[in-house]
Amino acid sequence: MSKIEVKSLSVSFGSHQVLRDINLTIPDRQIVAIIGPSGCGKTTLLKSLNRLLDLNEDVSVAGDIFVDGENIYAPGMDVTVLRKKVGFLPQRPYPLPMSIFQNVAFGPRIHGLDASRGASDEKAEKKDMSALVEHYLRLAGLWEEVKDRLHAPAAKLSIGQQQRLALARVLSIEPEVILADEPTSALDPISAKLVETQFRILKKDYTIILVTHILRQARRLGDYIVFLYMGDLVEHEPAAQFFSSPRDEKTRAYINGEIS
Amino acid sequence: MKETQMKDRLPSRQLRKRRLQEWLGVVAGRGVLIVVNVLALGIFCGLLWKAGPILQAIPLCDLLFSSDWHPLKNSFGLFPFIVGTLAVTGLAMLMAIPVCLLASVYLAEYAGRRFRELARLVIDILAGIPSVIYGLCGILVIVPFVAWLGDRAGAATTGYSLLAGGLVLAVMVIPFIISISVEVLRMVPDPVRESALALGATRWETVKYVVLRKAKRGLLAAVVLGFARAFGETMAVLMVVGNVAEVPASVFDPAYPLPALIANNYGEVMSIPLYDAALMTAALILMLVVAFFSLTAHYTLMRIGAANE
Repeated sequence: MSKIEVKSLSVSFGSHQVLRDINLTIPDRQIVAIIGPSGCGKTTLLKSLNRLLDLNEDVSVAGDIFVDGENIYAPGMDVTVLRKKVGFLPQRPYPLPMSIFQNVAFGPRIHGLDASRGASDEKAEKKDMSALVEHYLRLAGLWEEVKDRLHAPAAKLSIGQQQRLALARVLSIEPEVILADEPTSALDPISAKLVETQFRILKKDYTIILVTHILRQARRLGDYIVFLYMGDLVEHEPAAQFFSSPRDEKTRAYINGEIS
Repeated sequence: MKETQMKDRLPSRQLRKRRLQEWLGVVAGRGVLIVVNVLALGIFCGLLWKAGPILQAIPLCDLLFSSDWHPLKNSFGLFPFIVGTLAVTGLAMLMAIPVCLLASVYLAEYAGRRFRELARLVIDILAGIPSVIYGLCGILVIVPFVAWLGDRAGAATTGYSLLAGGLVLAVMVIPFIISISVEVLRMVPDPVRESALALGATRWETVKYVVLRKAKRGLLAAVVLGFARAFGETMAVLMVVGNVAEVPASVFDPAYPLPALIANNYGEVMSIPLYDAALMTAALILMLVVAFFSLTAHYTLMRIGAANE
């Protein structure tokens, strides 16, 4: 079943075209790895999927993207609703300037997701929010490390912990799709492994789209591979086929490390 | 064998000239900087020296907290002027801060690039208008307005008042504070905004919970710099504030800030021995307060700049 459909997507920044006529179908509940040399438009493609691209002032987007059949570039689309459904995990974690607890509670609060909404007394509300925060911190594999200092500033965590906090934050808004932009590139090997492990667990319930420039990571995690080269979509297919019998010459060269 | 080693060769004329230029550049630059720094220290020492006589004759406490200002009778209480300065500055800041906050948030977070640049241009022009022109506009527009307002409120006022001074001063510091605040807000790294927006936060939620929190120290510094500037502003305030040496009881009463005191009286009554020293004390207070606030604010901004790099 397809979750996201990209139809003739072209993106340029000013006069510089970054993506050219991308057509792509992204399957549900798998890890989709977008790979390719740096500067080939991986992050741009990723950020077009929840319209984070809109934040660039001189960007122009042509084409359509459908999430669950709904055109997200249609006029009148509410980006806050879209971004709640399609969450984003950045390359480097930037904790919100608040405590660990509040970082995770932020999303549920603004979207009114806490179960106690409308609960009569404040105590019940607090308890429910605590339960939520614990749940998502566990999902992100961070709970054991921070459970005793939930109210410490998030900026005090190590960068590997911050990245898992960012993951907890994304999970807390109950998205259906998680976009991850080289989520392990800033991390030490141990933290990177922890994040990868969480991804394997999470793909049961989420569609994960992962940008990576590490070919081995794409091999380890990817169920489906999308290969971009200089703004063009070269090849996309299930990982097994992609790695064992690539169709395109460029793909073969990239897999063999001849181009990077 | 025509080979010569580099060190054996005598420097050519051209090389000597270049070396001289280099040396002159460094020496001239350094010299000017030293003069500027010595100047700041010199002003401070000069003021202290000139204020000396009254600081020895009258206890500092009396000087600062007595409301009795009768130079002819040798009583020099600076309290009304200190209160006048604080009141007019405080009032101006009270009015300016909300305006500046809203305007700078809009410019930094919502406005498109072209509008932002246009607005910045206008703000820079506003900030560069000579203060005497602000004073004139104050006399022509704000003073009559305050008189009308006082009339409505049942307060006897000519319009030349604390409120008029505060309004003029607010208008003057607004462009200054906005300009720094926008810079401060732009210093918040974009990925931080992205973190919140990517969670489906609206722009306003992002501003309120993330950007303002991140920027609050810098914004405070911007306000403090505005305060320091307003504190020392002389001309425009002097023109509309009434200049009566009494502690004002309401915003419709006239006030007499320190800078106006100095500007109006210096050089006038030099026959009274301690008068000169009293005015110097006023100047000294002014300089110390302004320098203190400016330095702390600049230091804060520098640290934020370094932390965001």
